[in-house]
Amino acid sequence: MINFDYIKVTSVDAAVKAIIKDNKSQWIAGGTNLVDLMKKGVVEPEKLIDITNVPLKDIRKQGTQLHIGALALNSDVAENELVRNEYPLLSLALKSGASQQIRNMATVGGNMMQRTRCPYFYNIDMPCNKRSPGSGCGALKGFNRMHAIFGGSDKCIAVHPSDMCVALVALDATVVVTGSKGERRIPFNNFHRLPGDNPQKDNTLERGELITGVLIPENSFKQYVHYLKLRDRTSYAFALVSVAVALNMDGNTIRDARLAMGGVAHKPWRLTEAEKFLRNKTASESVFKQAAQLEMKNARAYGHNNFKLKLAPNAIVDALKTAVGKN
Amino acid sequence: MSDKKNENHEDPIGRNEARRDFLKQSSLIAALTVVPGTLVKAAGNGMDEKIAEYFEKVPLSIEVNGTTHKLTIEPRATLLDLLREQLALTGTKKGCDHGQCGACTVHVNGRRVLSCLSLAVMQDGKKITTIEGLATGDKLHPMQEAFIKHDGFQCGYCTPGQIMSGIACIKEGHANSDDEIREYMSGNICRCGAYPNIVKAVADVKKGGHTL
Repeated sequence: MINFDYIKVTSVDAAVKAIIKDNKSQWIAGGTNLVDLMKKGVVEPEKLIDITNVPLKDIRKQGTQLHIGALALNSDVAENELVRNEYPLLSLALKSGASQQIRNMATVGGNMMQRTRCPYFYNIDMPCNKRSPGSGCGALKGFNRMHAIFGGSDKCIAVHPSDMCVALVALDATVVVTGSKGERRIPFNNFHRLPGDNPQKDNTLERGELITGVLIPENSFKQYVHYLKLRDRTSYAFALVSVAVALNMDGNTIRDARLAMGGVAHKPWRLTEAEKFLRNKTASESVFKQAAQLEMKNARAYGHNNFKLKLAPNAIVDALKTAVGKN
Repeated sequence: MSDKKNENHEDPIGRNEARRDFLKQSSLIAALTVVPGTLVKAAGNGMDEKIAEYFEKVPLSIEVNGTTHKLTIEPRATLLDLLREQLALTGTKKGCDHGQCGACTVHVNGRRVLSCLSLAVMQDGKKITTIEGLATGDKLHPMQEAFIKHDGFQCGYCTPGQIMSGIACIKEGHANSDDEIREYMSGNICRCGAYPNIVKAVADVKKGGHTL
């Protein structure tokens, strides 16, 4: 790892000022992804600004919403009583990600900011438009077993690796950020972006904007929720496909539905068409299958990940069945 | 977990002595918390490496197994490398060095973390416990005893990390069934495949109700 300067800041204001002052500086919090990327030579900041002492760790009610500070640890959020009781989908998603050691280090903001684990992005000897714009995409015709089936471009088919973000997009969270011009709020679905012609941009943050927290609105998704994560081993692996389901049921009738997927796109992938279709339908396997097929019409695979075209709809149906207790 | 008294302890190899003296005497000490990029570059350009080295290091105070160490360290050094290379505590193992195997698991302020992905400089003022800090004199920690009793290892390389994780697993309240133990121990890979016996060891310590 190339050496770097190191400073600590203790306020949001100081964090924003420090990063604007120095173009080649980066914030560090949990470091679970950044330190790894620096070891690999994928990113080489000249200065790290340690923000772990900025007071952004609180988890609390803010009016009818739940506020989670950007520096709250993944393990603390997953175990938090408010989260477990009122937003169980978020707790399930968090617990399915990484290992307890990593969850004890990783923060909510860092989880959102983590980079793709595409092997071409990680290997600096390979072409990658995300790491080195214009160098090409090694995955398009290469080893693309983990890659996107939704929203890819001819520049990039990487996927966002987070589980937490899949739950947050399903729960209509809002990201709160602070930059030199003050505070701004970004709907979670607009936070991460599709690769298009600029895969080097993972999200819609501007330089110098710090995530200070996320807000999750009050909801009625307490009982019929499930996070299904399919991977190469039972635990401690990134998703091939994951599905977040939250339903509001009235007897056997679906009053409201939230669905999102991980491991299938450059961003956490919200299934709005399926949600709309499920509303006011009677829960059954055939209804679930129709909902899944609606979403799959826009899917496209690239060779090694052809299996996801079958795995994804099956996972949607399976997750819905588990959520309504019919599995 | 340790009966060692808290004492100021110098770097056992003693090689930081001269550097500390230099730092104390330097009128530029104020500049050391923020090392100018120009100096880092100067080092790369082949200027006197010894001089450049002084400027690249930052002070760090860290408590390891009950002993406080005051050191200077390069910001890029991981906690794992500090423990192994500077403090000669080689019980904590470097497996993958990329956060994928758990061999480097230690406790920071009582919680298990991966030392290979932790920058040492970010642990300033924190309390670290490693595998070396578990035994009390000749008396092994209950988790160490359990790993021997249940044959929870073969080659032994992952074992320090497994034991640190096993203790945390129980303290966190995540050892209530074999399935839960398997899930919460999944961050520690064992390529010899001693998993069934590792689960038995953790479950046995949990059942024994020891104070960990």
